[in-house]
Amino acid sequence: MSPLTFFGWLADSSWSVGLHESQYAYSIIESIHVWAMSVFFGLAVMFDLRLLDWTFRRVPISEFNRRVLPWTITAFVVMVISGMLLFYAIPLRSYQNIFFRTKMFLLLLAGLNVWFFHARVYPWVATWDVDAPPPRAARVAGALSLGLWIAIVVSGRMIAYNWFDCDRQPQSAIINFLTSCEPGEAGP
Amino acid sequence: MSLLPFFQWCYQSAIGEAIRDSTWVFPVIEACHLLGLGLTVGAVLIVDLRLLGVGLSRQPVAQLSGSTEPWLLGSVTLMFTSGVPLFLSEATKCYYSFPFWVKMTSLALVLLFTFTVRRRVTRAGLASEPPPLGRITALISLSLWFGVAWGGRWIGFS
Repeated sequence: MSPLTFFGWLADSSWSVGLHESQYAYSIIESIHVWAMSVFFGLAVMFDLRLLDWTFRRVPISEFNRRVLPWTITAFVVMVISGMLLFYAIPLRSYQNIFFRTKMFLLLLAGLNVWFFHARVYPWVATWDVDAPPPRAARVAGALSLGLWIAIVVSGRMIAYNWFDCDRQPQSAIINFLTSCEPGEAGP
Repeated sequence: MSLLPFFQWCYQSAIGEAIRDSTWVFPVIEACHLLGLGLTVGAVLIVDLRLLGVGLSRQPVAQLSGSTEPWLLGSVTLMFTSGVPLFLSEATKCYYSFPFWVKMTSLALVLLFTFTVRRRVTRAGLASEPPPLGRITALISLSLWFGVAWGGRWIGFS
């Protein structure tokens, strides 16, 4: 089964249609997603700013990590669950949406950056906890995180716009390639 | 006196019209507005969690407040400078939008509250045990910001 067939099948399932056509459920889930995003993004940025030595200079990084990370993770979980429901409400169109694809790719990079920081930089935090500025690797991880999350929020917001949707032809060949669109076929 | 003529005047302004004529400008400004919201929530939350006795609860409130305030001012400025053009482009719709009025009321209240009561409470350098005053301040601040974010998102649904 190709992804296109699978997401087409998902789009036709009764729960997906119900969510998509609901008067309030979709809007409420989207509000929760935005709300959780604000908490996650805000706290993640505060930590990045600390890593970059731009503020909170008197708070040890380990303290910041230990005390704030649980809140950041909680918001992230809410964001992922609500995001999956939003995807489930409009699966085929989202799968083919160029901004959704960009966002997923950037999320992967952001995840790798988190892994890099927590596996390779953070374990030695005791040696640089209160250093000003933190070591180069920590600052690079903070800067990457900041840039990636800004790009993720922007591309997430753009998913709502249909400029490159499959049912809006003609599009250039490169766009149709990037969105797996097959012009001539009826759009979702 | 009705505010409708003012809203119509805003809608017909050159900036409002220019934004409506472009495909990209509105979404790009909207994205900046959303980034401003996230940054605001982060800067507010660090201090409000502290006032509730969680998060960075071992740091002095006044110090956290000092660390976040430039970012809060910056993000509120970003939200304001991006929010005004968004409003100009759809001012008449906003006039009839209930969420818009919820948002504007919450926003006026939260800005007033943040730069008067909350600022005094955070600068007073409260003891490490969060007193009821700190908790109440944090709850009011968070509820009002929640109203701003909720109203903002629902302007788009109406």
